[in-house]
Amino acid sequence: MTALNARNSEFAILTEGLEKSYREWPVLWDLDMSVPWGEALSLFGANGSGKTTLLRILATSARPDAGTVRIAGYDLRRHAAEVRRRIGVVGHRSYLYDDLTPRENLNYYARLYGIRDRDVRISGALERVGLSARANHRVRTLSNGMQRRAAIARAILHQPDVLLLDEPETGLDQDSRQMLGGLLDQWTSEGRSVVLATHDIELGIEWGHRSAVLSGGRLSFHGADSGTIQKALSGTEPLGVCQQSRTPVEGRDSLSGRREQ
Amino acid sequence: MTALLGPIATMVWKDILLELRSRELVVSVIVFGLLVVIVFSFAIDPAPGQAKTLAPGILWVAFAFAATLAMNRAFVREQEAGALEGLLVSPVSRDAIFLAKAATSFLFMLLIEAVLLPAYAVMLGFSALSWTLGLTIVLATLGFALIGTLFSALAAQTRSREILLPVLFFPIVLPVILGAVESTTRAIGGETLVGLGRWLPLIAVFDAVFLVICPWVFSFVVED
Repeated sequence: MTALNARNSEFAILTEGLEKSYREWPVLWDLDMSVPWGEALSLFGANGSGKTTLLRILATSARPDAGTVRIAGYDLRRHAAEVRRRIGVVGHRSYLYDDLTPRENLNYYARLYGIRDRDVRISGALERVGLSARANHRVRTLSNGMQRRAAIARAILHQPDVLLLDEPETGLDQDSRQMLGGLLDQWTSEGRSVVLATHDIELGIEWGHRSAVLSGGRLSFHGADSGTIQKALSGTEPLGVCQQSRTPVEGRDSLSGRREQ
Repeated sequence: MTALLGPIATMVWKDILLELRSRELVVSVIVFGLLVVIVFSFAIDPAPGQAKTLAPGILWVAFAFAATLAMNRAFVREQEAGALEGLLVSPVSRDAIFLAKAATSFLFMLLIEAVLLPAYAVMLGFSALSWTLGLTIVLATLGFALIGTLFSALAAQTRSREILLPVLFFPIVLPVILGAVESTTRAIGGETLVGLGRWLPLIAVFDAVFLVICPWVFSFVVED
């Protein structure tokens, strides 16, 4: 399937006033974000800044405390199943079963996604990530990089409108990174969208059309300049740390976490 | 309904395939179950005729221990490579995920009990050829599977899951164990379905209630 799923929104991703805390520890605060169709957004931030939390919310595996999230026009709270059909996720872990082969894992997920032409799709995805030769070896026998490629194949199997990638470069060698870069280029050129979180500034700039830094629970957007991003990243701390150390966070009462009126 | 059954069948088949390849659950729980009954037969030396009185209690204590051991593994495979997260971001409903895991646990437990029951019958001196006993085992095992799967999902997210699961599991599943022991006592005594009294319906009601509650609670357990 190369045609995009029916779109009913101007933006692939739209969040407004997104908030998320873990107990008393705020992570995201009043976060607004929009990703147009055909765009790859690179997300940078210090450890604990909330990149993974933001991606998990977009992936529907974490519930936001407040705010709205729309993906491909579907409200995440009311139409979670529709959202899940339209997203592909590469997380820190492979989501694959060690005692199944990559082909069996993909077949399993293809059935769960209700894909009809499974064999063709699976072979296509495995070929796309260069894993055809090891498709019938158990995942536990594959190297970390190969497992990562299998995870990418799983994420693109159902041709999602939006790809969410959390540090996708981890464990990938140079060739695999080039493969992934090419895949993301193709993805966005077909009008699909990508959000990727990474600590590799150069790679993030190369793969993304726009770059954003997550700091103090919010996003600030920057151009394709590693110096500017590095500057924006330096000295930033997770929102909870800001609040505990009473460092003022722009537009917000740093201790109560409430927005200034 | 078809939308629910298809993914459930897929997930159950995947769990069976993984078990066939790893053989880490069923075989070890069967060995454990046999050891329990051997220990009981050495520890308790009943007088002739007493074995039949003690058998239902020993049987269900052993089955309940075996269930906690089996349930502890229910979500471990899903957690190992983050596969549960992969399921949660797929379009499969949380209900289907829960019911699939419960169905797998139910099938594995029935298989384990089918192997253990004849051994127990020989060692404890009762006849296992009773369809009322079979019905009791099926209904009580369903209760074990529903409660065990829910608490296994909860416990799997903690570092002390091996301890937490039995602590949560036994108090809630106590009515099932009680009903199963009473029902088994009557079943191996040759009673018909009517003779089992209120115990079998008690287990059935318990199963029905938790068949509704557990999938609903599960979605809160697995999401942040």
